[in-house]
Amino acid sequence: MIPELGHFALILALLLALTQSILPLAGAARNVPAWMALARPAAQAQFLFVAIAFGCLAYSFLVNDFSVLNVAQHSYSKLPPVYRFTATWGSHEGSLLLWTLILALWTLAVTLFSRHLPDDMVARVVGVMGLVSCGFLLFMLATSNPFLRLLPAALDGSDLNPMLQDPGMVIHPPILYMGYVGFSIAFAFAIAALISGKLDASWARWSRPWTTAAWVFMTLGIMMGSWWAYYELGWGGWWFWDPTENASLMPWLVGTALIHSLAVTEKRGSFKAWTVFLAIAAFSLSLLGTFLVRSGVLSSVHSFATDPARGLFILGFLAVVIGGSLLLFAFRASQVGLGGRFALVSRESFLMANNILLLTATASVLLGTLYPLFLDALGLGKISVGAPYFNAVFVPLVTPLLFLIGVGPLARWKQAAVPELAARLKWGFAGSVAVALLLPLTLGAWKPMVSLGILLALWIAITVAIGVQARLRTATGWSANFYGMQLAHFGVAVTVIGITMVSAYETERNVRMNEGDTAALRGYTFLFKGTKGLEGPNYKAARGTLEVTRDGKPVATLYPEKRTYSASGMPFTESAIDYGLTRDLYVALGEPLDGGAWSVRLFHKPFVVWIWIGAVLMALGGLLAITDRRYRAASRKKGAEA
Amino acid sequence: MKTRHKKLLLVAVAVLGLGAVAALVLNAFRSNLVFFFSPTQVVKGEAPRDRAFRIGGLVETASLSREADGITAHFRVTDTANTIAVTYKGVLPDLFKEGKGVVAEGRLGDSGIFMAEQVLAKHDENYMPPEAASALEQAEKSKKTLVLPQGKQ
Repeated sequence: MIPELGHFALILALLLALTQSILPLAGAARNVPAWMALARPAAQAQFLFVAIAFGCLAYSFLVNDFSVLNVAQHSYSKLPPVYRFTATWGSHEGSLLLWTLILALWTLAVTLFSRHLPDDMVARVVGVMGLVSCGFLLFMLATSNPFLRLLPAALDGSDLNPMLQDPGMVIHPPILYMGYVGFSIAFAFAIAALISGKLDASWARWSRPWTTAAWVFMTLGIMMGSWWAYYELGWGGWWFWDPTENASLMPWLVGTALIHSLAVTEKRGSFKAWTVFLAIAAFSLSLLGTFLVRSGVLSSVHSFATDPARGLFILGFLAVVIGGSLLLFAFRASQVGLGGRFALVSRESFLMANNILLLTATASVLLGTLYPLFLDALGLGKISVGAPYFNAVFVPLVTPLLFLIGVGPLARWKQAAVPELAARLKWGFAGSVAVALLLPLTLGAWKPMVSLGILLALWIAITVAIGVQARLRTATGWSANFYGMQLAHFGVAVTVIGITMVSAYETERNVRMNEGDTAALRGYTFLFKGTKGLEGPNYKAARGTLEVTRDGKPVATLYPEKRTYSASGMPFTESAIDYGLTRDLYVALGEPLDGGAWSVRLFHKPFVVWIWIGAVLMALGGLLAITDRRYRAASRKKGAEA
Repeated sequence: MKTRHKKLLLVAVAVLGLGAVAALVLNAFRSNLVFFFSPTQVVKGEAPRDRAFRIGGLVETASLSREADGITAHFRVTDTANTIAVTYKGVLPDLFKEGKGVVAEGRLGDSGIFMAEQVLAKHDENYMPPEAASALEQAEKSKKTLVLPQGKQ
């Protein structure tokens, strides 16, 4: 009964999404206020019914209703309740439902926080988001119904993939989806502006906080994914250049370019057409990411399905959304105009360089991700593009980008004087170079990449300090936007330090250890005290105990596990980590060998947590920027006028 | 500088930059592509000697052995027509099992043994790496094309 209710709610949601898109868009075109006014209530009702559908599916998972195919395939009676709940989005169908729910949630937010927008703008934005929602609801109902029954019902489920049975599963997918889907708002604003032909600074101001919000979620989502992969996969990597990671990195890179170009459009009126293009590109890449991860074209944990009908539908959907919006862009962009002029050396030109570098990086990731798929699809052989390619391309592209972080915010709009800039930055630059050359000597081996990384990180940190100090001296009053930007840039520096240090100085050892054996790694001694049997709710495990000491003093006791899940029989490695600000100690059990011995992986990971701390700082910076009074002041002024 | 000169300079810099980036990307791309070969192709000598590539197929039953250090593993990968001996130093992924699909990346040693630098983890018991599946498929096809002419004779 409950699953049928959910199915029915989805159908109603589709009808509401149709209403939400067609009538307001037509109303805005023909200037019929009554039709435009439908946008808000239709969107709110659509959210209600998608939420009901989601609730029905979650309920089926929680009560172990194995007569629902989806539940039987992805859950298990002995699975702890929290993972039964997260299993709701552990499947292809469920994750699409989550996507749609989050889209409806963002749309609801737009209807609630858009009182200051003109009615036709709201109608168009909500209408466009409704169209996207129609696509996803149709996709689900036509090819991926999460409520399909299994008759006769299964006696028990076949369990959720062990890798997904982790607290990371509770937050990573929803947060990342908030980012992916959040770019639909920037997209909807861009399309609405193209349709209406009104692309002015106020459009950029409306769109900015939403875009930044989506970017904040995206940053956090990617960061959590990276951390999750680090501790869960058992081999200590934090970024694999895996296609699913690339799928989220591409919209993030374009989204980063977008928030910078929006700043120019809002403040200076320049880059108008370019900003619209970026908004379309960011959301297109979000959709492409969904397609890559969800249609089963990739061989990875994220691809649940291998069903050509689904792939075809998503491809068609992509073609309509991307093709349609680019066509609209092509027709309208010429009317948009280029906006204010600027000199060769100015903040605008630096931001333009930022955009070009970010887009080039995106294109190189796109090439490395899609080329193998194309070759395979055309039957021209199987190849793979691995980390060496991405590293070789990314370092030279990101280096000038990071250098620009130091210069851009200090340069004046329109025209910056080179001598003045040089005078403000010369000591900071000289200091960064000196420290970057000398510091690695104290860390052991001098490596050029370490010097480069430290140089760029210090450069960013020092220029952030110069910028903040100059602001404190001259400007009065708080600017959330300004300090948010500086905090986010400082976060980049922190992440760069983490990446540099862990890439250059990490150490790994694979050893055979018997009870009582010790292994040394970077001054730490690991004593293996054997394994004990352990009984989990839905698995059996061998739990090892390793005592870590340094110079005879105890540092930590680590308990890595090797689990075997009862329903699927899948073995699984649960690593154990002693986190630290300057180093992580990471232990994972390999496999049992003869005579009670185990193969054990030991890692020493210097500064690895800085990567994620930096990402959190970037997100906090974005969050701070959203609170800027300017966005709310605009709403009050508009409210007064109305 | 006149505005026109400035513009020319800007265009020149842009073209140069674009060229440099394109050269960088394509060069990195070409030198880091990893091609896939089935055991049959490797036996026929189609695989490169001087660069890394991937092989895939099934881990042959009863072929896994370990050296005394407990870390270095030897096994054979088969596509049911031909077999390649593989040596790997490191911890094998959780789902590495005899009789199951596997993909390994590495180089061909002088003795004809494949020295794997990476053995790819799979994420699901029932899931076959697409590369391994295609190796088995190819072997199946080549068997048929070999058998048919003999049948006619």
